[in-house]
Amino acid sequence: MKIIPRLALDVADGHIRQDVCQWVHRAAPLIRDALLTLAPVPLALLFTTLLLLIVGGSPLEAYRNILYGAFESPQKIADVVTACVPLILCGVGMSVTFTAGLWNVGVEGQIILGAILATWVARNTDVLIRVLWPQVPVLALMVVAGMLGGALWGTVAALLKIYGKVHEIFGGLGLNYAAQGLAIWLIFNPWKRAEGATMQGTDPFPDPAWMPQLGKLRVAPLAVVLALAAMIVVYFLLRGTRWGLELKAMGKNFRSAFVLGVPSTPRMLTAFAACGALAGLAGAIRCSAVYGRLIPEISGGLGYLSLLVALLSGYRPQWVPLIALFFAALGVGSPRLELNMHLDSSIGGVIEASVVLAVMLVSGWRALMKRNRVFSKRSGKNTGFSPEEEVA
Amino acid sequence: MEPNFLIQTLASVVAASTPVVLAAIGETISEKSGVINLSLDGSIALSAMTGFAVAFLSGSVALGMLAGMAVGALVALIVAFASITLRQQQVAVGFVLTLLCADLADFLGNPFVRKPGPSVPHVPIPYLSSIPVLGPILFEHNVVVYLSMLSIVAAWWYIYRTQPGLKLQGVGERPESAFARGVNANRLRYIYTMVGGALVGLAGASYSLSIKLGWSHRHTFGIGWIALAIVIFGGWNPWRVAAGSYLFGLLKALGSILQRNPAFANVPTQVFSSAPFALMIFALLLVSSEGVDRLLALLPTRLARTIDRTIRGRSPGGLGKPFVQE
Repeated sequence: MKIIPRLALDVADGHIRQDVCQWVHRAAPLIRDALLTLAPVPLALLFTTLLLLIVGGSPLEAYRNILYGAFESPQKIADVVTACVPLILCGVGMSVTFTAGLWNVGVEGQIILGAILATWVARNTDVLIRVLWPQVPVLALMVVAGMLGGALWGTVAALLKIYGKVHEIFGGLGLNYAAQGLAIWLIFNPWKRAEGATMQGTDPFPDPAWMPQLGKLRVAPLAVVLALAAMIVVYFLLRGTRWGLELKAMGKNFRSAFVLGVPSTPRMLTAFAACGALAGLAGAIRCSAVYGRLIPEISGGLGYLSLLVALLSGYRPQWVPLIALFFAALGVGSPRLELNMHLDSSIGGVIEASVVLAVMLVSGWRALMKRNRVFSKRSGKNTGFSPEEEVA
Repeated sequence: MEPNFLIQTLASVVAASTPVVLAAIGETISEKSGVINLSLDGSIALSAMTGFAVAFLSGSVALGMLAGMAVGALVALIVAFASITLRQQQVAVGFVLTLLCADLADFLGNPFVRKPGPSVPHVPIPYLSSIPVLGPILFEHNVVVYLSMLSIVAAWWYIYRTQPGLKLQGVGERPESAFARGVNANRLRYIYTMVGGALVGLAGASYSLSIKLGWSHRHTFGIGWIALAIVIFGGWNPWRVAAGSYLFGLLKALGSILQRNPAFANVPTQVFSSAPFALMIFALLLVSSEGVDRLLALLPTRLARTIDRTIRGRSPGGLGKPFVQE
């Protein structure tokens, strides 16, 4: 950062020079921080570039294919937005559980359960219309059913953790596979198609159970609105309520939160239920707005992907949509590699996971350097330490 | 016919449990030293792919196994570096690596999907294999199966009967105390995480070279998670961890016999393949829930204590916690 003040020194006269110098000095750490924060992305891309070179593909062509695959037409952009919605919902949901220090790995299963209950509502639409009232808000019922399903599955994981002492990672994973088994059993037995059960899923939903699309584009504006609304609600819940504060306390230090009187059992239950409800909503949206039926792969790894989104956002809901957009673009764009370059589309997942890993490594590295600096300063001066350094 | 069928089934259980045994023993070693290597599932997938690919290209199964071990150790090294040196959360790093390795295996393994390749040859052990019942069950397998049996005994012997093993336990229980006694806690943690990782890599390679030959999408379907759960179920003790792995293999074999029963004809296979994970939850409930304590309290004290001691184990005191040298 020495060059810029020298330049300023040459160009400007005394007064301005001082101002510029001050400005540069103030801005320099900010710029450095911004650069270091973004550094993991090129690092991860370097890694995937190496991989592409190893398998003998042209990296530039691969990245161009991904970009074009994601943004070349309005429909592609609409697909990215559609893919974004469940990532936002689950990522925001997981910022709740992560804030409380909980590893809700069961999001995948919570998506599936939400989709199952929403499908149940959709399949019984005509019954509902006959029994209840003529203008039954089927979509609203599906959304509620989906949230209930997800919340239920999340609560099971919480109960296993609280009363069974089963770590939520294992409970959640087990419940994921159980939900997957349940969905497949439903598709193959009670809900099979008239012409016979297939992995293609159930019969398409009746019209009222489809979420309205934006003109000719296959994207449901209502889904986007729901996702953004969820983000805003969670942002304020975590930031401005006692509930959010208590979750934060639990996440920072569970024992001291407990000692200070945070009711940990109900907070854990509500955190899991809240995250589950959002995941279930994502499941309901997936089958109502995207597929129009229940398919075996209704969650399709979104649960794990949104865990990466949540980790990358640092559990701050306001950052989730941006990261989700990045992930969704990679997800929509990378199948293009299979068509055009005969490469496996999982490179998208590799990029996503390596960005997260690089973020962890870089932030760990920076902390290590900081510790070392403080350490060497201390031992160099040999005059004890000032409070300033202790804070750093 | 009937006893023969039983012997064959048990022999196939022993063979099929090999990767789970190896992975669970490897993870036991890492966790005994205090580091949770949560990347098991991805690590196994990546090493299975690498093991098969190297064996396929070089024609040497042994080289494939070594490559698998190297991959497992490398992934473990990343876990160790990120959690010990960079002080990141072990669980977070492990989980991200799980996802990364699984996708990496799919990406790099694409050219090898459904290719027929080499497999580990069967080597019956002379003399031992002619013992009436035990011979065919235990001693008519391939080399990796014997290696997995050896790893159980070796791990137990090393951890509980040797001086370095005592240090390993100390580092996992109370790294501060071990450090005060002159043990370089973090260096040992690095070493044992990598040793455990190498065993996990061997598990992956053995999966694609002796159990489910070749490579395909989602080839190793979740066995890493099963192995992780078995380590908890087995209470971090190599013998019990191994017993848990074989028990799991037995239940899986029973499941596939059930599956052939006409009564379950219209239950899709995917439902059966998710059953082990439900079992995983029940197994963990059995060893950790307080409800079991209440049930045990109903039994006579001595019996209750014996059962408690056989089914439960204590986790290493310093498990998952970073050791910061002051």
